[in-house]
Amino acid sequence: MSSAIVARLRQHWPVVLLATLLAAGLAAPLATGVATTGFFLEVLLGGLMAGVLYSLVALGFVLIYKASGVFNFAQGAMVLFAALATARLAEHMPLALAAALALLLMIGFAVIVERLVLRPLVNQSAVALLMATLGISTFLEGFGQAVWGNDIYRIDLGLPKEPMIVGAQRFAGGILISREDLAAAIVVGALVLVLGLFFQKTATGRALRAVADDHLAAQAIGIPLNRIWVIVWSVAGFVALIAGLVWGSKLGVQFSLSQVALKGLPVAILGGLTSVPGAILGGLIIGVGEKFAEVFLGQALARWFHLEGGGIEQWFAYVLVLAFLLVRPEGLFGERHIDRV
Amino acid sequence: MSASDVSRTGQIGNVLLQVEHASLTFGGVKALTDICFDVREREIRAIIGPNGAGKSSLLNLINGVYTPVAGTISYRGQVRKRMHPVDAARMGIARTFQSLALFKGMSVLDNIMTGRTLRMRSGLLAQALRIGPAAREEIEHRKVVEGIIDFLEIQPYRRQPVGMLPYGLQKRVDLGRALALEPQLLLLDEPMAGMNLEEKQDMCRFILDVNDEFGTTIVLIEHDMGVVMDISDRVVVLDYGRKIGDGTPNEVHANRDVINAYLGIAH
Repeated sequence: MSSAIVARLRQHWPVVLLATLLAAGLAAPLATGVATTGFFLEVLLGGLMAGVLYSLVALGFVLIYKASGVFNFAQGAMVLFAALATARLAEHMPLALAAALALLLMIGFAVIVERLVLRPLVNQSAVALLMATLGISTFLEGFGQAVWGNDIYRIDLGLPKEPMIVGAQRFAGGILISREDLAAAIVVGALVLVLGLFFQKTATGRALRAVADDHLAAQAIGIPLNRIWVIVWSVAGFVALIAGLVWGSKLGVQFSLSQVALKGLPVAILGGLTSVPGAILGGLIIGVGEKFAEVFLGQALARWFHLEGGGIEQWFAYVLVLAFLLVRPEGLFGERHIDRV
Repeated sequence: MSASDVSRTGQIGNVLLQVEHASLTFGGVKALTDICFDVREREIRAIIGPNGAGKSSLLNLINGVYTPVAGTISYRGQVRKRMHPVDAARMGIARTFQSLALFKGMSVLDNIMTGRTLRMRSGLLAQALRIGPAAREEIEHRKVVEGIIDFLEIQPYRRQPVGMLPYGLQKRVDLGRALALEPQLLLLDEPMAGMNLEEKQDMCRFILDVNDEFGTTIVLIEHDMGVVMDISDRVVVLDYGRKIGDGTPNEVHANRDVINAYLGIAH
């Protein structure tokens, strides 16, 4: 029995190696005494909560990719567009109403995309569809700013701004937790739960899963693809709206939101592109990895190699994904493709 | 129990599906050339022929996956020029697939429930929220689906993901999903391919029962000549995209062209 496990580990040595490296990277700050336990936990929690937001955008990618096989580059732009719409509309009305109107806009957007882009391009090459979403992305960014301007706008969700300190008795100085991030994490958790119920427990969700599994069979039993696409893009629009609200209230609604949201891309790929749990776990891994790299790796580089050691957060996600892809090209929970040669 | 019993021929009705001079090409390759045949209500109609004869193409033509480049297909007297699989499903045409096309990650129950999609009257939004009538409707559909599961004798596997089931059972789930549409015309693409004798006998029984109990018209593609002779009322024979024979199993069996196509021509 144990020899079978050894054999398996040996067979999957790249996975083992990567997992070991990740675990070592995670443990290193504590082991080397660079961080106190309190600070270590603080960075860890900060990373997890940042990761939750990445998961949210990645979820948008995954939903659309699953149901229509389209790699939607416009997800980041959708986040920006929804946030912009909400922020500017909220200047004239209550926030809830503004968000509801923004949701209607996203649904309208889904209808237009299905009619003008997906339907004509169905059965075309994946590259054509990718280019189309790239076009949608650029258009949406520009159009959003043309309508609503390109300053920095505020969304005030009324989340508590001042951080809280927990565990002051156990750790020196306690652990600093951003209440805002915590609230965001709870919102995202609730959203994931709702989406899970929607997919697993409703007839519409069942139809969506059917289309994701097999287009042809779904059509043969009378599931209308076009309507399913509208629904999926609407759900992705809804997810983008939530991400835009949470992020917008944190960073302010501005153009760079669409770039930050693109972090969801490596997250989705890491998770396996077709897997909702993969998107969640991928977001957490990248969130934590980034924070650790920024705080601890940066410190180490500065201390031992006299480098600047800053800005690691910007690129670390992509390096992490690259390392993952070398070991598991299908991502964490992706479907393994075995092609006959 | 020969299919050409007087009692069986008695229940066969009017022409349900009429294919007239249908041709289909892919690029320059002719998949089907000038095919004419009809299917009558409540009959079991087999399509046979060597590999690459165009059997599946013909099924896909009826189902609306392909559109004929020439000729017409009329269903219940209504000619359709451009048709889509969803339209076919709406008109009461259901199908199964040669290489299984089940929703692999979903349970047997969910797979068959998807077959009820067209019969759901409440809006997609109401379904999504499961409010009021939508919840009641879900229960009604569930009853129908449980009936199908009983009929196909797959109760023990209801909650299992179909991807985990043995091949023969997956074929049954595929049939169940098609039956959930309560179709008038059922297209079966090699329902018994890859099955052992016992599984084939079960499947034959299900097909005959569906035909008998629900009055469903059945068009099936099958390689096993024994099965074809046993259960079909009439047989169409294709070779190289052309129809080379059409008639009762006995007539087809005696047809010189058919024998040549299957066994090769003696030189």
